[in-house]
Amino acid sequence: MTKLAPVLSAHWDEKDSFTIEAYTRHGGYKASAKALAMDPDAVIQLVKDSGLRGRGGAGFPTGMKWGFIPQGDEKDHYLVVNADESEPGTCKDTPLLMANPHVLIEGCIIACHAIRAKHAFIYIRGEVTHVVRRVNQAIEDAYKAGHLGKGIDVVLHVGAGAYICGEETALLDSLEGFRGQPRLRPPFPAIAGLYARPTVVNNVESIASVPAIIANGAEWYQGMGTEKSKGTTLYSLSGHVNNPGQFEAPLGITLREILDLAGGVRTGHKLKFWTPGGSSTPLFTDEHLDVPLDYEGVSAAGSMLGTKALQIFDETTCVVRAVLRWTEFYKHESCGKCTPCREGTWWLVQILRDLENGVGTEADLAKLLDLCDNIMGRSFCALGDGATSPITSSIKYFRGEYLAHLTNGGCPFDPVKSTLFSGVNA
Amino acid sequence: MAYTPEQLQVMDSMIKRYPRSRSAIMPLLHYVQSIAGYVTNEGIELIAKLLTLETAEVSAVATFYTQYKRKPVGEYHVGVCTNTLCAVMGGDAIFAALKDHLGVENDGVTADGKVSLEHIECNAACDYAPVVMANWEFYDNQDVSSAKELVDSMRKGTPKPPTRGPNSLVTWKEASAVLAGINDGKAGEGLQAGGPTLLGLNLSKEGK
Repeated sequence: MTKLAPVLSAHWDEKDSFTIEAYTRHGGYKASAKALAMDPDAVIQLVKDSGLRGRGGAGFPTGMKWGFIPQGDEKDHYLVVNADESEPGTCKDTPLLMANPHVLIEGCIIACHAIRAKHAFIYIRGEVTHVVRRVNQAIEDAYKAGHLGKGIDVVLHVGAGAYICGEETALLDSLEGFRGQPRLRPPFPAIAGLYARPTVVNNVESIASVPAIIANGAEWYQGMGTEKSKGTTLYSLSGHVNNPGQFEAPLGITLREILDLAGGVRTGHKLKFWTPGGSSTPLFTDEHLDVPLDYEGVSAAGSMLGTKALQIFDETTCVVRAVLRWTEFYKHESCGKCTPCREGTWWLVQILRDLENGVGTEADLAKLLDLCDNIMGRSFCALGDGATSPITSSIKYFRGEYLAHLTNGGCPFDPVKSTLFSGVNA
Repeated sequence: MAYTPEQLQVMDSMIKRYPRSRSAIMPLLHYVQSIAGYVTNEGIELIAKLLTLETAEVSAVATFYTQYKRKPVGEYHVGVCTNTLCAVMGGDAIFAALKDHLGVENDGVTADGKVSLEHIECNAACDYAPVVMANWEFYDNQDVSSAKELVDSMRKGTPKPPTRGPNSLVTWKEASAVLAGINDGKAGEGLQAGGPTLLGLNLSKEGK
């Protein structure tokens, strides 16, 4: 049985956990003082040695990303924190920033020192007013305390409702004051990022993990997790379970273990399908309860660890309805820059609507897969790829349920039964 | 509508936050929205002038992002999450009930101007589903009757407080100012974390 290991979440239960007083009480800003006294290359090496990998979905080694920034080039360097948490099912950075914004600011100081940047930008989604307040206040307090403003500045930049800005190059365009549309790579942000300057873009949880690594050492961090997936991370459990919530555990815990902790799937029901890392990661079923939730384990089982957003759906849920809704989301959020995604997601919605309403034909399933094949790998960015994941995986595991919509002349499920208040006041 | 010298000074300070002025376009749009309640043509013209851009360049940005409104919304703008997980768990039923209860469609505003309604995408609170937002503050674990009570309280002018947010709900204009980066002094109010956020930590303290 894997034991939970709260590091990021260790003090969230204290009422004032978001204040600079609480953060300092638990040793806050000592790691940045230690890092600032180190050679920047030694900081990068320490983060490399820790094995920390990006927590925003791709899992790229954080220290290696920092190491790509050219040194001694006399150019301005930038750190950009991606706090545009919008992937359906993903809900880890938002509670982290609400409960402890200072850990991110301290992480920014350490990362800026390592990559020789004077400026960090935190790009936060705009639909979380109170989290914006907390981060803004934390920045103000960090300036007052002298942690910021002595060579390192942090600016909070608030988005305005566009999922695509979670894609790192679209985020950079948005931060430069343009419509948020992805850029062609290469050049990668490490060479030409914000204002065409060397830039590191990291997820909130990645940067927030750095202070504890500096404080406790690379070996301590390496001691947690699996062979190639080190450390602890936030798993976010939601949906048809008795007790949804955040579980910080070493990488490699399984859904079966997390469900045990959460009191299981909602009483009287059974697991039907789930996402390991948000809606852009191929669906899993009850066959995958024992897959180690680390980068390699989930990938070997045919999906992606993504953002560790475990969305649980029980047998009352129509998979066609679920996939249609995600597809409508991708269509709405497609930025329109490239044809496969812009046109493809539009057609996917039309066909899925017909299937859900029982007016499609079996040939539509082949058409869906053909469209997915033409979007996957041919889109400008990962949004298009992500849009195909729920479709191809649901057809793989639930082809019969798609066909049942056709023989039934419509959806065979009662949507009331899948609501939490089924039989109460629906 | 003319902007006051104080407002122009606030906008100038926003531009100075960035190494390049154009980056200030998003906070400036949030700010003009906080003054008029939506992004007016006057607001776009002013931002274009301040940043030495064409108005078309500012409009292009304003219309790309769904949080910038080009027409007035209610004093309390209500968003019901109807992305898959919330929809399945009750968001669809809540959204249908609110449309009926308020007599408005998606993006509609009640005749008294108090409440507007929109279906929204995932708002990063899935462990609190079904989720309703008002002026982008969290109202967690909603059902049809609690959501109706919420909008009724708004129409009476005494909105219920958010479940994870400040002690009382601020108006749409006030929330837009916060998103523009203005500190309203309320960061210390409200919970640090809700129950689901703390679930794993609490179990760990029990030795799990």
